[in-house]
This record gives sequence, C-alpha cells and structure tokens, in this order.
Amino acid sequence: MSIYSTWGALEIGLIFGLVALGVLISFRVLNFPDLTVDGSFPLGGATAAILIHHGTDPFLATGAAALAAGFAGMVTGWLNVQLKIMDLLASILMMIALYSINLRVMDAPNVPLITDPTVFTVLQPEGLEDYVARPLILLALVVVVKLLLDWFFATQVGLAMRSTGSNPRMARAQGIRTGNMVLLGMAISNALCGLAGALFAQSQGGADISMGIGTIVIGLAAVIIGESILPSRRLMVATLAVVIGAVLYRFFIALALNADFVGLKAQDLNLVTAVLVTVALVIPLAKQRFRKKRS
Amino acid sequence: MNLHSVLRTLAGTAAMVGALACAQVQAQSVAVTSIVEHPALDAVKDGVHEALAAAGYTEAKGLKWQFQTAQGNTAIAAQIARKFVGDKPDVIVAIATPSAQAVVAATKSIPVVYSAVTDPVAAQLVPGWDASGTNVTGVSDALSLEKQIELIKQVVPDAKKAGMVYNPGEANSVVVVKRLRELLSQSGMSLVEATAARTVDVGAAARSLVGKVDVIYTNTDNNVVSAYESLVKVGNSAKIPLVASDTDSVKRGAIAALGVNYRDLGVQTGKLVVRILKGEAPGTIASETSSKLELYVNPGAAAQQGVTLSDALVKSAAQVIK
Repeated sequence: MSIYSTWGALEIGLIFGLVALGVLISFRVLNFPDLTVDGSFPLGGATAAILIHHGTDPFLATGAAALAAGFAGMVTGWLNVQLKIMDLLASILMMIALYSINLRVMDAPNVPLITDPTVFTVLQPEGLEDYVARPLILLALVVVVKLLLDWFFATQVGLAMRSTGSNPRMARAQGIRTGNMVLLGMAISNALCGLAGALFAQSQGGADISMGIGTIVIGLAAVIIGESILPSRRLMVATLAVVIGAVLYRFFIALALNADFVGLKAQDLNLVTAVLVTVALVIPLAKQRFRKKRS
Repeated sequence: MNLHSVLRTLAGTAAMVGALACAQVQAQSVAVTSIVEHPALDAVKDGVHEALAAAGYTEAKGLKWQFQTAQGNTAIAAQIARKFVGDKPDVIVAIATPSAQAVVAATKSIPVVYSAVTDPVAAQLVPGWDASGTNVTGVSDALSLEKQIELIKQVVPDAKKAGMVYNPGEANSVVVVKRLRELLSQSGMSLVEATAARTVDVGAAARSLVGKVDVIYTNTDNNVVSAYESLVKVGNSAKIPLVASDTDSVKRGAIAALGVNYRDLGVQTGKLVVRILKGEAPGTIASETSSKLELYVNPGAAAQQGVTLSDALVKSAAQVIK
C-alpha cells in the first residue's frame, strides 16, 4: 500500500466515521433500523455541491447540508411516530423519496466541484500536501463530533434518548416524551450522515446521484467491526470504536485493491472485502476460544 | 549461517530489489479504472489495451497494466483513484464520469486520459474542448444529435412526436434530453419523456408512451440498454418504431442505430495514451469525440414495428441485421 492510498483510506474512513456515528445513534441508541442514510448521505452531498457551485461559502453550504439531511431524518421519525408506519418501512419510503429529491436539488445527476473552493481548500495550511491536510482536518472534526456526542448523551436529554431506545415503556412511565426523542435522535443521526456526504462531495470532486448506494451497509459494517474490536457497554467507548471500525473498513478495501498479487481480479473486490471483514469479526471469538483452552 | 553471511545475503537482496525498482521506473505503466463493469465500458478498456499493443506496448515487453472497477460505488472509485496516484503510473485512464472525476480530483500531476464521458466540460474534467493546459485529456462519447434526428426522420419520415425513455439519474442521458428537446422543436417536432430510474421500470415507461408518440428514440442510457428487450416488446405490440444509439440494441430489436463503437472509442483513447507515453504533454492534446460512427439497421424489426426502410438507408448501413 502506498502512502497515497493509506492517507486516502484514512480520509474516506474518517468521513464514513461520521456515517458510523449516525448509524450508531439510530440502530444502537434509538433501536431504530434506519435506511434513510442511503438518501441523506447523497442529500448532504447534493446540497453542499449545488450551493458551492452557485457561489455559497463552503462552510455555510456544509452546514446547510447537515440541516437538510437532519430534516430528512426527522421526516422519517415523524412517519414512524405520528403516522404509525413501521420504522423500517418509514425509512425505506424516505430513502426512495430522497432519490427524486436529490435529483431536484442538483437539477442534474452530477454536480462537479473540481474547480470550486471547498472547506478543504480553504482550511489547507501552507506547505502541507492536500492529501495529508484533508485527513488531518477530518480527524480534528471527527474528534470534536465524538466529544460533542459523548457530552450530549450524558445530559438529561441525551439520557432520555438512550432510555427511549432501551426501554420505551419504562421511559414513558418516567415522563419522557419518547416520540420527540425519536424525532431528535433521527435528526442528529441523519445530520451526521448529511455532513459526511457534504464532506465526501468536497473531497472527491463532486456529488453524484449514485453516491448513496450502500452507505447503510458500510455504516453498519463499521459499527459491527468497531464493536467487535472494542466491545463495551459504555457509549463513550462505542463512539470511538465505530470510527475506528469505519477507518479499518476502508483499510480493508485498500488492501483488497492491492490483492492482485495472489491472482485476484478487479471484480473480486467485494468478495475480498467481505472475507477481510469476516476475519476481523472472527478474531475476538478465536481469541476467546484460545484463552478457554489454555485455562 | 553466521552473521557475516546473513549480512551478505541481505545486501544481495537489497541490491536485487534496487535493480528491480530501477527496471520498473523504465518500464511504462498504465492504470485503468472504470465505475462499473458493463459491456460498453469493458469494450473501451479492451480497445485501449488493443491500441497499446498495436503501438508495441505489451505486457510481454514490460508494460505494467492494471485495471480496477469500483463496482458502482463512488467511495471505492475514490479509493481506487488514491491507489493509482500512489502507484504513480505513466498514464491513468478513467472510464465514465464518476471515475474520471475521482481521478481528476486526486491528482494534478499524473497524466489522466478520460473516456466514455459525454460532457467532460460540464463534468469539470477539462475547462473546454481545446487543449486543457492541465494533466487531463480524453475522448468523449458525445453523439452529434443533429445526425440522430436525421436518422429518426429517415426511419419515420412523418414523425411529429418523438418519445424517449431514460434514467433521470444518469448525467449523460440528461444532457442528451436537454439538447434533443431544443433541437427537435427547431425542426417542428416535440419530445415526450418517460423516465425509468431502475431497469425494471423501462417497460412501464415505454408503455406510458403508447398512443402519444410516433417513434421512440433512446440514447446509450445504461438502464435502457440493459433492459432493451422490454422496450422492444412494447414497440412490436404497439407498432411504434424504435431508433437507438447503441448499435448492439439493433440486434436486440431496434430498427436502426447510428452509434459509437465503444471498442473503437477505446482504441482512440489508447492512441492518446500512446502519444503521452511517447512524451507528449496531456495539456497540449485537445479533447476528442468519436471519429467513427456506424449505422446498424434491422429491416425485420422495421416490418414488425410497421415501417419500411428505404433502400438508400439500408445500403448506407455498416451492418444489416437479418
């Protein structure tokens, strides 16, 4: 693996770390299987790209992207809480609706950002190569987001949200308005995915309607890899674990791309990635068995 | 083995690795990426390989050739771009818009040759159709729509309303629809659109055009090309003539297509790669469009869809499907 693909894997891994944090909130904290992500990630990318393309400040555009995606998440929550549509179905409905909405937002299937200013070009320090600067900027952002989430989940509202996910009946009995908690949680979760989409579009030269395909799968994979490497019941550890999981997943893909030496071909990429992730998931189990045998 | 011999072996290995590294610097290397595996895009890749071989660049003579597809995933396309930049090949060939954008965003120094991108200027790969002055050049698969309209008129001379089925999520198709709408209105015709966001929607989209159009035209839209049979079914049963721009679709039941041969497009791309390998700067080479268009006709399909083709049209075809 070259230095470029290593930094590249870190960069894209950190972006998907934000998706993983979002998925952690919906799937684990709220216990809400949310597929909206496949639509809110490109919604963030589309919103940021079109705004920057029309001359908006990239930071403002990125903020607007997160807001738009957060609103989309809220709509999914509303479909579930108010209209009583099953959670999974509500998110699927929102996901397919967002495909058309994203086309409307961009007014084309593809908005390039190759020559426009982005948050990365604005923040890039002098004398540092862009392929190093981008992951470092992202690292700082992801750390801030992680700490903010840790703080939030220790506040009254955050604790109320966690109890909504783990035992809604009990939470309601304690006077928590669980419906509002679902709306808020879904908004935060999807805002993070939209933020990731906005940053992805800015680092990869543009937004494309197909950029959302499989986002939820990658987010879930990151959560599961993270949980198996750093198992803990504490949310502070989980928020760190899922980001590590997202970065590791990208390293697996970078490795798989370099797997041609063992006679593997381009079309085997997904299979190789799946095998690598499986190995990562099995290692904790194998360790456990090994320890049992010795004792 | 004593320490001395271990050291000697190590030194020997290091020298060999060094020699190998030198040899690699001298050998030419070309890295090719495409967003997805697809007959047309694969044909481009094969065409590039063919052109390189014709110019004497073969794996046997030390050419380093590598190919990666993103399997439809833009995040993987971005990682492939980074891997290629790290491998520092002499030329990167990027097939289709998302892959080309990822590569162009990842490097400002390694020569990039794009291919099968319909509108490279709108995709910001190059500032204009002239020599870019940057590290990017390439071959577009844009078709002259004037010629496409001419063909429609030759197949169905009294057509007033042309229908078109396309995927609203495909950049190339949206470009074509926009241009075609303007051009058709200039020649006294109008365009009726039907969108198919997934391949399974193609049949339904075609049925929605029945009774509203005199002819159905399709561009090289990936969804439509994949599910062309469902379009043929509608065309045959409702007697609506089908004009395509993917020549393979003629074998599958379209009446006629004037299109780019993607293998030739790849060869044309490969020739640009060879020029760069020989030392030309990509910034001095203007972007090209396909130099060769081929007409395919299918008189059998014409009979089924209720039109007869003129002898002149059949004679001018590069290939007549029986």
